[in-house]
Amino acid sequence: MAEVKYLSEHYDKKEYRTLEGYKKHGGYEMLAKALKMQPQQIIDEVKASGLRGRGGAGFPTGAKWGFLPNNGEPRYLLCNADESEPGTFKDRVMMEKAPHQLIEGMLISAFAVKSHKAYIYIRGEYMGPAAILEEAIREAKAAGLIGKNIMGSGFDCDLDLYLGAGAYICGEETGLISSLEGYKGQPKLKPPFPAVQGYLRKPTIVNNVETLAAVVNIVRDGGAGYRKYGTEKSAGTKLFSISGNVNKPGTYEVPLGYKLMDLINNECGGLKPGRKLKAFVPGGSSAPVLNAAECQNATLDYECMTQLGSMLGSGAIIVIDDSNCMVDTLSTITHFYHHESCGQCTPCREGTGWIEKIVHGIIHGHGKPGDVDLLLKISDNMKGRTICALSDAAALPVLSFVTKFRDEFEYFIQEKRSKVKGTQIYAQMHH
Amino acid sequence: MEMQKQPIPRKAFKLSPEGVAYVKNELVRYEQKQSAIIRSLYRAQDENGGWVSPEVIAELSNVMDIPAAQIEEVATFYTMFNKQPVGKYHIQVCCTLTCGMLGGRELTDSMMKEAGCSRTGEMSKDGLFTFSKVECLGSCDTAPMLQVNRDPYIEGLNEQKGIELVRSLRAKAGK
Repeated sequence: MAEVKYLSEHYDKKEYRTLEGYKKHGGYEMLAKALKMQPQQIIDEVKASGLRGRGGAGFPTGAKWGFLPNNGEPRYLLCNADESEPGTFKDRVMMEKAPHQLIEGMLISAFAVKSHKAYIYIRGEYMGPAAILEEAIREAKAAGLIGKNIMGSGFDCDLDLYLGAGAYICGEETGLISSLEGYKGQPKLKPPFPAVQGYLRKPTIVNNVETLAAVVNIVRDGGAGYRKYGTEKSAGTKLFSISGNVNKPGTYEVPLGYKLMDLINNECGGLKPGRKLKAFVPGGSSAPVLNAAECQNATLDYECMTQLGSMLGSGAIIVIDDSNCMVDTLSTITHFYHHESCGQCTPCREGTGWIEKIVHGIIHGHGKPGDVDLLLKISDNMKGRTICALSDAAALPVLSFVTKFRDEFEYFIQEKRSKVKGTQIYAQMHH
Repeated sequence: MEMQKQPIPRKAFKLSPEGVAYVKNELVRYEQKQSAIIRSLYRAQDENGGWVSPEVIAELSNVMDIPAAQIEEVATFYTMFNKQPVGKYHIQVCCTLTCGMLGGRELTDSMMKEAGCSRTGEMSKDGLFTFSKVECLGSCDTAPMLQVNRDPYIEGLNEQKGIELVRSLRAKAGK
């Protein structure tokens, strides 16, 4: 097994961005095929494919679609392109290289779930991909692929792009919905889940960019065909965003179940000369960090990551070599969650700030005995007590960094310098 | 974003006729009109030299017929709306995780020194530069990287390239 270009087959062709170029490589043929199917047949194929949400939670897509109530209310399909989980950039690559693949996946999915209005929610910083998508939407509208009576099927679906303005929390599906409704992006209590009451309190499906793009391949190859890659519980391929201390960082599509060390050593060209692997974050900064020993036999799938006490998340792998101080690395993460907490729930609003203060105190030489245990205690109290998962996402890296690299934290507190020789600790207090 | 308190010049604000037309079009674009707030704020921020002043909120409230408090709620929640004046080039350097590991914070310091800014949020005396350390911009494979205003990303930087970027922006502005 090695890198496979299943979703990303034509990403190296510049013309693939345009409607003409996309059609040349079979584009919108699967929409035509889907429009001749029964919506339920498509849902069944997606269920059979075993496709799980590629945004981070890994929830089975077909099951999510199955939660929609049959109450005759209008339904909405929302594409989550807020991509803000630190380490993640694969959706940006997909939107830049293949905007029509996403649009086709969305139209097929909208037809399957009987939605006539779809939005792509894209983060405000992604002005580059937003411009590419707007052009693609314009082309698709002009060609009658979006709007009334698509391809003469009688199916109507409008599709538009909504721009965010800088807020990690809008990647949380109910936060995204609040933002789309024109409010600050604060998450809402679940239940009711969006499938029952979402955008404008109507039944709503929120899926990630990569998830929706994969639907095109599922219609082409069928649910069973999609399973030619991956494992029993982690079907298909996944685009991984790899960054950090490797020679060739980037986006790589591999079958789920692929060996982490193969990805690092083969596709990513290994580590820098003379460096040793110290840790890796498997699924964006929220995913608990794994140490070098845990990396050795790790495979990139939902089961293995769960077994190791972490998660596959968005498939954002950050490779950390032995030149890094784990206290300093954690400090940028704690700052992130404090900055991005929406402020609704006390354990998150206060906890993220408290944690940041302690970790930054340590790297500035103000660490106190007992800080390590205090960090563990605060983080433990932040889990499972809030409206959304941001609080857990902030607590998990702290718990894992501190537990697995406790010696570095203790050393820093006692010696007021990093245990990692030669580390230049960034000394400015104000981030 | 850390913002230094600076005396704020108060200036009347009116959207241009094109700006009003843009906002009116946005008002009917989505399922409900308040969904137009974000894009309208971007437009007004651009027309107001890069920041959202109380006058901007009042003007949008008037043009959109939406309570000012509701527009302010959006303007203050999202980081891409500047609530203080910024320089012609608002340089937003990513400092989260990978960018933090690979020199984003040091890059910011070097560029700020070259630009004449002593801290983030502060505008350089020539009015050209304001720096912010921002959270993950989704370009970790090209770390460290940054975004100037809302332009396409500038990636794969180091301190030397950062300093050269400041110089080239200064030259572009003719100063």
